[in-house]
Amino acid sequence: MSDGPNSNSRRNFLRSSLVLISTATLAGEAPALLGSARAEETRRFLNESERRFLLAAVDRLIPADERWPGAAEAGVVNYIDLQMAGAWGGGEMLYRHGPFRKGTPTQGYQLEYTPAELFRRSMAAIHSHFSAQGKSFDQLPPAQKDAYLTNLEKGGIDLDGVPSNTFFDFLLKHTVEGFFSDPIYGGNKNKISWKMIGFPGAYSDYYDLIDKHGVELRREPMGIGDGAASHFMNAMRGGH
Amino acid sequence: MPQTLKEVDVVVIGVGFAGSILAKELAATGLKVVGLERGHTRHSVPDFQAPAIHDELKYSVRKGMMQDVTREAMTFRNQHREVALPMRQWEAFLPGTGLGGCGVHWNGQAWRYQVADFIYKTHIEQRYGKKIVDPDLRIQDWGVTYQELEPYYDRFEYLLGVCGKAGNLNGKIEQGGNPLEAPRSREYPNPPMKEQYAGALFRKAATDLGYHPFLQPSANMTRPYTNPEGLTLNPCVYCGFCERYGCEHFAKASPQTVILPVLMKNPNFELRTESQVLRINLDSSGKKATGVNYMDAQGREFEQPASLVLLTAFALNDVRMLLLSGIGKPYDPVTEKGVVGRNYAYQTQSYVPAFLKEDIHLNSFMAAGASGTVIDDFSADNFDHSALGFIGGCYVLCGSTNARPIEFHPTPPGTPRWGRQWKEAVRRHYNHTAVFNLSGTSTASRWNYLDLDPTYRDAWGLPLLRMTFDFPENDLRMSRYVTNKASEIARRMGATTVVDEPRTGPFTTTTYQSTHNTGGAIIGSDPATSVVNRYCQTWDVPNVFVVGACNYPQNSSYNPTGTLGALIYWTADALKSRYLKNPGPLV
Repeated sequence: MSDGPNSNSRRNFLRSSLVLISTATLAGEAPALLGSARAEETRRFLNESERRFLLAAVDRLIPADERWPGAAEAGVVNYIDLQMAGAWGGGEMLYRHGPFRKGTPTQGYQLEYTPAELFRRSMAAIHSHFSAQGKSFDQLPPAQKDAYLTNLEKGGIDLDGVPSNTFFDFLLKHTVEGFFSDPIYGGNKNKISWKMIGFPGAYSDYYDLIDKHGVELRREPMGIGDGAASHFMNAMRGGH
Repeated sequence: MPQTLKEVDVVVIGVGFAGSILAKELAATGLKVVGLERGHTRHSVPDFQAPAIHDELKYSVRKGMMQDVTREAMTFRNQHREVALPMRQWEAFLPGTGLGGCGVHWNGQAWRYQVADFIYKTHIEQRYGKKIVDPDLRIQDWGVTYQELEPYYDRFEYLLGVCGKAGNLNGKIEQGGNPLEAPRSREYPNPPMKEQYAGALFRKAATDLGYHPFLQPSANMTRPYTNPEGLTLNPCVYCGFCERYGCEHFAKASPQTVILPVLMKNPNFELRTESQVLRINLDSSGKKATGVNYMDAQGREFEQPASLVLLTAFALNDVRMLLLSGIGKPYDPVTEKGVVGRNYAYQTQSYVPAFLKEDIHLNSFMAAGASGTVIDDFSADNFDHSALGFIGGCYVLCGSTNARPIEFHPTPPGTPRWGRQWKEAVRRHYNHTAVFNLSGTSTASRWNYLDLDPTYRDAWGLPLLRMTFDFPENDLRMSRYVTNKASEIARRMGATTVVDEPRTGPFTTTTYQSTHNTGGAIIGSDPATSVVNRYCQTWDVPNVFVVGACNYPQNSSYNPTGTLGALIYWTADALKSRYLKNPGPLV
């Protein structure tokens, strides 16, 4: 129950983290916005500037609210960092033979960039765009951040060879993945997204519950990292 | 120089359901059988065990069990005049790989086709006249009938332990089953699955509207079951990780649970995994196969001579292997000459999300791959099309196979794609949205076909398969009609918002729809319009048989695996009772 929507500790955490976000933003020290979370930063792929951009962007895509933390607090930037450093980011799960040509929308992704290259290239272009004006995306007020993200989403901006809507869709896809995937991948810290929606995670025996229509399941969600033994224990508790 | 191996009687290309069952039947007659599987060996233990198997990112999103797209992709275009480009990742459909094939990661939805499906052209023209069929559509009869296949459906269902309630036993309508199903000769081996909450709500609404709901036939077990091969399966626990996953509980019928342990014990059978078949070899006449060439994981090429070659890979890969081997004339849509690649079809899927009140906790994550309540009233030709201006239909299924949150977090229309409102909508609707799945017919058309790509190649330097496909107008009209009927049921369920989203064109490779890719090596009575005869034997090379969903001349509303099982045992019977005694053309 400690992480439930009505718990005092959760509200307190949120209040304090929101306070931290605003002061950090004013001070221009976005990487510190999670307070102690800095110590937990993975450092496999993203540089400081990219991390600052992503923290600010995912915080607008899935923001914290009064009841539930958002993507930034859930560790989605760590998720992206690890994914981009791994096989997926390196393009090892894509057919990458040329020739590369522009296709129709129904033909799907046809750029020659790996996911990691696509992220890096696009973020560098965004960084240059704001630097030229003496600005930084993460320092914009929320409404301006949203307006810029909306422009990226609409498309039509060239991010050094990457159409901005392609980048935006990629960013959103990875933000949602990081928010909802198993915590072993670095996001969904404390299984917070699963608690928010009521998904019990990798728990796996509903034989005695499936025909109890409408039952409200109030269990701590279980992740892959919780180990086979606890899966077994939960299966036993679940009946059958 | 490839190393030539000792000749065997039979080579099987692809060890999924078709490969393992045919190999088992033929090895049991004393023949030496080699199974060549390009993927890895894998078994329920240790490969499918929890908690590691319950990994949505790895298996659903990154497609952990699917054909290695870095080595073998496929190219795609909607229209004949366009340039096809590679699908650089799998999204719209998911060809499997590895021992057990798609039989490992399927949902277990185990349907039969209708009597009319096998005589589709004859049936449609008799009932409605020729005019109802759009000029570019190419519907055909199978050359084999439901009545002939019924005993083989039965045998496959008992192998799998399919769970359901008969609705039509030898012509007598049974309470509790599907009254519209084709007659079956005996009851299902196991009772149907438990009904989900969404399914129960759907059942009531559908009944009120005069339809005939029933529980979907399932190859996820409802009780311990020992099949005729002596293998025992356990009851399904409704874990919600079925399609795209292997089953850790021995509860889903797969080659691993229903046939492979028996096959592997037969010393007449040898399995060689990580063996990539490059081509089927023909003699100088081009009328006889002499075996296959394949490459192992070390990059060594072998020639495996054999008297009989069974092509039992995934439907699309079967077609590609025929094209790479020069078996059968490739289809040309301009001249309509040639047969290999002809009548490629798919499945016309649509969805109806029904957003319900927040006090209705559906718990859709409590699910089996084949759980769900369904109506057959709008499937195939189960309803009168005379005044409708299209042929075909959909079954309408309500229930869930899972509620894994990366891919399942429905929001009502008008919700932004991101931001605070999106997040709140996800929270509000996650456990309170029932999604109907409409599985629709796909009518073969002149311009939808498969051939070899002129530009892109696989890791072995061979041309990729090229797919040219878009939804025929007929199928879009069909989808509009049935999807609209389904949304009436959703409204009757008391949904606060119902989304009526029929399938629209063009077909896109970017979102998952179905892995029911059919056709390209179709069955028939005429060598001018089919690749294989009624026994799945290629017309041109009688010692090559092809058994897969590539045999279907068009696709019906139903999931194809049940019918594939019938074709597998039908072919096994023809091989054993006739071909082996006197090898040569069976027709």
